[in-house]
Amino acid sequence: MSIGSTTNITQAALRDVPGPLLELTDVRTHFRTPRGLVRAVDGVSFTLERGRSLGIVGESGSGKTILSRSIMGLLPTKGTERSGSIRFAGTEVGNKSRKEMRHIWGKEMAMIFQDPMTSLNPLMRIGDQIAEPLRLHLGMSKADAAATARRLLQDVRIPEPDRRLAQYPHEMSGGMRQRVMIAIAMACGPTALFADEPTTALDVTVQAQILDLLGEQRRERNMSLVLVTHDLGVVAGHTDEIAVMYGGKLVEKAPTKRLFAAMKMPYTEGLLASIPKLEDRSHSRLNVIPGRPPDLVNPPKGCRFAPRCPYASARCNEEEPPLTATQDDPDHSYACWYPVGSPEYHEARARINASAGVN
Amino acid sequence: MAGTGKAHLRNSPDVLLRVEDLTVEFPVGRTGLKVNAVSGISLDVLRGETLGLVGESGCGKSTTGRAIMQLRRPEGGSVVFEGNELTNMSLADMREARTRMQMIFQDPISSLNPRRKVRDIVMEPLTIWKRGSNAERATKVDSLLSEVGIDPDRAAESQPHQFSGGQCQRISIARSLVLDPTLIICDEPVSALDVSVQAQVLNLLEDLKAKHGLTLIFIAHDLAVVKNISDRIAVMYLGKICEVAPSDGLYQQPAHHYTKVLLDSIPVPDPEVAIHKVAIEGEPPSPVLPPAGCRFNPRCPAADDRCRSEEPQLREIGVGHFVACHHPLVGGDAPVSVRSATSA
Repeated sequence: MSIGSTTNITQAALRDVPGPLLELTDVRTHFRTPRGLVRAVDGVSFTLERGRSLGIVGESGSGKTILSRSIMGLLPTKGTERSGSIRFAGTEVGNKSRKEMRHIWGKEMAMIFQDPMTSLNPLMRIGDQIAEPLRLHLGMSKADAAATARRLLQDVRIPEPDRRLAQYPHEMSGGMRQRVMIAIAMACGPTALFADEPTTALDVTVQAQILDLLGEQRRERNMSLVLVTHDLGVVAGHTDEIAVMYGGKLVEKAPTKRLFAAMKMPYTEGLLASIPKLEDRSHSRLNVIPGRPPDLVNPPKGCRFAPRCPYASARCNEEEPPLTATQDDPDHSYACWYPVGSPEYHEARARINASAGVN
Repeated sequence: MAGTGKAHLRNSPDVLLRVEDLTVEFPVGRTGLKVNAVSGISLDVLRGETLGLVGESGCGKSTTGRAIMQLRRPEGGSVVFEGNELTNMSLADMREARTRMQMIFQDPISSLNPRRKVRDIVMEPLTIWKRGSNAERATKVDSLLSEVGIDPDRAAESQPHQFSGGQCQRISIARSLVLDPTLIICDEPVSALDVSVQAQVLNLLEDLKAKHGLTLIFIAHDLAVVKNISDRIAVMYLGKICEVAPSDGLYQQPAHHYTKVLLDSIPVPDPEVAIHKVAIEGEPPSPVLPPAGCRFNPRCPAADDRCRSEEPQLREIGVGHFVACHHPLVGGDAPVSVRSATSA
């Protein structure tokens, strides 16, 4: 598709295109490095409907950040190998150049990052940073952009917006800066917002405020939200669906309530169990996933989680399990030979408990 | 909460560290103003105990940890460690004292020298203090590295960047243990780590504490993490202590409104649990000009005129449970007898 036709797609038109907002088919993003090919994202497929929120969960190195950057087209050009299809509102965006993507960034897709300090320009006033995309993408006049910037600061609940507009990032706290980032991301009314660990650098009280704010903005603007995080606790209350990634692959995907009620993948189970629970007595032993994520240059044969999986058997080390839907819920799929609840799982559990001397 | 007072200090021969009226201030440029980072807090830690210090960024929890280590000499107050006053100790004596009190920092990668081999980093304290023969040092370092789950052979030939964040934190822990300290101050040791790695490091700290008979001060902003590892928790807000309680008691019956907010803010990993609407707006005010009276009053749902003028004192409302609040959630209103004119 040429640049001209991309710019001709107006927002209204994009929003009216039927079908899912985001459709990924066998997306692969590999990086050439001196050590060999790093398979950061290795065959991910899923769809996301308009106005829905999706949590992408996994440890560091699971490929969750690279996946969201692949969708946004925010990847280094050198040494990157991409394949597969990424359709956004019916348009293929996986093969677009950065120049072409500029028409989509801000207006259609926006992103907020983990570190609000380094993502803002330290030499530019907050007001100008919010106004910039409005003038660039929407062609607003200076006065209109300034007025809209003020309204956006109010939307993200920043008190005294007039004073804040004239300030620089260093004059604000981390939570305030993340609110500014959200205001900038919202400025052109995107159809999809990607939030990459938006609250990891923030205090718990501020984290709760920011997550509430993101949810509120999503509902008001009928926007899709992709929340990338390592913390299942963060996505539990703030997403409709969850995709769990491990070693560059999607290993489980389900509606949020379904996932927590009937998780199939031992990895998901392990992630959930490792969160310290407030209800537990102090000094209770935390459940851990032993070992570390796989080396994506030489990923293990078979199931990539097998070397760390307490229930793994010979087949797991040999054959890679495909992502398959559960029998009772077509929206719930997982990639495991012996999922949580299967006879083999119970057998393995009994064996582990017996060797640990508990029942 | 801007509470002061020492009602929670214990009179026990087992007290390893006793901090009284600790004050740390930083000048603001040449304005004559100052940041009231820590404003007269008192706490004590018994031998073998783990004390958790929680609060939001800017509450003074890390500054407290550093002031205890005398990494920055406090402006006022006293720090008594193993019976010795540290605040007026000579630099040479302080260096010696620091062999028995060690610190672990938040960013495990930047707290290790990037140009040195990991095994040398862990061995350096022994070399500096000329402990043991070369062979004894090597044995000690290798056994500690194995204990924290790092392969000594790999450590001998690798630099910090060749390890993950969780592994670097294990290396920092090994380094902090090499001089056989009695007290370890952990400043947000797991907040930069993934939840799965966080659990590994927390379990490791518990194991090492039991094995080496350590006393810990665990500083963090995540109450769920602090609760898991601590025996006793002190909640801080804007340079003051709001509440001190045994971990389980603090969770079951938070008495301070701020503690309740902290507990309610923790995301629950269960979509069926209704999300509490966060009962607090905004962020802590500037520690340059802290509010009069209780420092939490501008954000507190229960604040009244008394809270705006008079600073609450820590008082006991249950066994080992102390709160500095005029209108606590449990324990009834503060009686007139504990009122005091001292304010920040």
